[in-house]
Amino acid sequence: MTSDVRRLLEAHGRAEREVYMDNENSGQVPPEVVEAMLPYFNQVGYGHPSITNRPGWEAFEVVQETAEAVARTIGADPEDVHFTHSGTEANNLAILGVARANRSRGRKIVVSAVEHLSVILPAESLEDAGFKVVRAPVDEEGFVDQDVLAELVDRETVLVSVQTVNHEIGTIQRVRGLSEVVRDKNADVIFHTDACDAYGRVRIDADAMGVDMITLSSHKILGPKGVGVLYVADGVRVEPVLRGALSSQPLWPGVENVPAMAGFKRAIELAFEDFDGANGRVSGLRDRLMDSILDRVPDALLNGPRGEERVSDNLNVSFLHVEGEALTVELSMRGVYVSSGSACTSRILEPSHVMLAIGRRYEEAHGSILFRLTRYHTRDDVDYVARQVPEAVERLRRISPLGKG
Amino acid sequence: MSTRVPLPYTPKVLELFRNPKNLGKMENPDAAAQAGSPACGDVISLYLRIARGDRVEVIEDAKFESYGCAANVAAASMLTEMIKGKTLREAWEVEWQEVAEALGGLPPVKRHCSILAVGALRRAIRAYYEHRDRKPDWLPEELTMAEKQALEEEELIERMYGGRLGRG
Repeated sequence: MTSDVRRLLEAHGRAEREVYMDNENSGQVPPEVVEAMLPYFNQVGYGHPSITNRPGWEAFEVVQETAEAVARTIGADPEDVHFTHSGTEANNLAILGVARANRSRGRKIVVSAVEHLSVILPAESLEDAGFKVVRAPVDEEGFVDQDVLAELVDRETVLVSVQTVNHEIGTIQRVRGLSEVVRDKNADVIFHTDACDAYGRVRIDADAMGVDMITLSSHKILGPKGVGVLYVADGVRVEPVLRGALSSQPLWPGVENVPAMAGFKRAIELAFEDFDGANGRVSGLRDRLMDSILDRVPDALLNGPRGEERVSDNLNVSFLHVEGEALTVELSMRGVYVSSGSACTSRILEPSHVMLAIGRRYEEAHGSILFRLTRYHTRDDVDYVARQVPEAVERLRRISPLGKG
Repeated sequence: MSTRVPLPYTPKVLELFRNPKNLGKMENPDAAAQAGSPACGDVISLYLRIARGDRVEVIEDAKFESYGCAANVAAASMLTEMIKGKTLREAWEVEWQEVAEALGGLPPVKRHCSILAVGALRRAIRAYYEHRDRKPDWLPEELTMAEKQALEEEELIERMYGGRLGRG
């Protein structure tokens, strides 16, 4: 019997040309990364990294080498690199683990209003345990202001979490300045930054940024899904959140995803071998796409900052008078794959909290589309997307009763 | 217990989204209505051309415009197809479940699209009679569920917005 999904895919069809620009949510893994993973399924290192046999030790070697690769790129000690199975898990560990281990020191947590939900929701889940959670507001480009943040931190504050780069609108936070003012207010605060959308695009250095914990995720740098990282500085107390049997990761039980780690390690090497060159090219392509779309489509608003304080690969535009989910489907049928911050897309019928936090009205949030490029995109890809987007928006505007005076 | 979120769309929804029937604004309609709000992310405008026969009114033509997801476009398109040729009384009886069913079965998260379409239709039918200052016996005084739901959605968003709701 043909499944519902299969019938839907058949009705959808496949466009002659496809350009995938939804790399924020997930994406294609480069062949050399897949190749690096393959031996670990059944040739070497297929054992359990904590067991005393050869395939286990081979697996442990992968865990260790991946930890070293991560450590080198964030200015950390490999001992302080802890693996989870996703960025969401690492963020949950950071928030819940620190709060539970340090509750005697205070019960206030400050997170920015534009954090990923895997930071905001675990934090708010602690309200039942007597924690007070405050969302630090951001300006219209998504920046947390130093003075505003300092104002929210007090003696009761145990944890502050501000991401390095916003996952929807690409704002690069001034983390160093933020961690400084937080410590001036309370030197004992543990400062966490979710750097999933910064890694490989913005230089990360734990000491230079003045942070105690950093979250990373493999699939956000074109590695495979299934590996997250929480860096925890020496001396920071974190309580495990999940309980289970032996693992080489005391903070996160469950057998390590060794093939994915091997792929992650290769993805790190690729992301860092031509860091400035690749990011420069990507931001050039992104600017070309941005200028082209904003020139050709009336009533389109750029979400997030312009220039150096926007991450190289992010573009987010609100198209007024059309609804974003419909636009993702329209573009999908044209072979352009993107996502939206609309309420429909979220499946909870609330638009993106990031859009609302930067002061976008509901109807502006509903029409937002996120494009994320990679170093594998070409000018032709960008030009194809830049041709399809105006046509798709125009078609939906013809259907829409809004914006017709 | 099944908690997995179902697929939001069916093949029929995609087909009607790609090639909607009866799309566009109607000039000088005999009845028209809108339901939903831009802030909620879905609005359906419905336009009816009505032929007056011997004591019955027949929907000769129906057209729509939609701001919303692909299911919203498809629900409005499907409804216009379902009501063409029906008397106003017959059209009043069309329930949102029938629209959802005709689209291949909408999952819970998309059902409000078919409710909104039916809400817009019933508003248009009421508007038609109010404009002519008469009320047939079959037309209930009380708002039906689909009309209430459209109204609730519009009011809810106004409450959520508070002072931020722009009127323009």
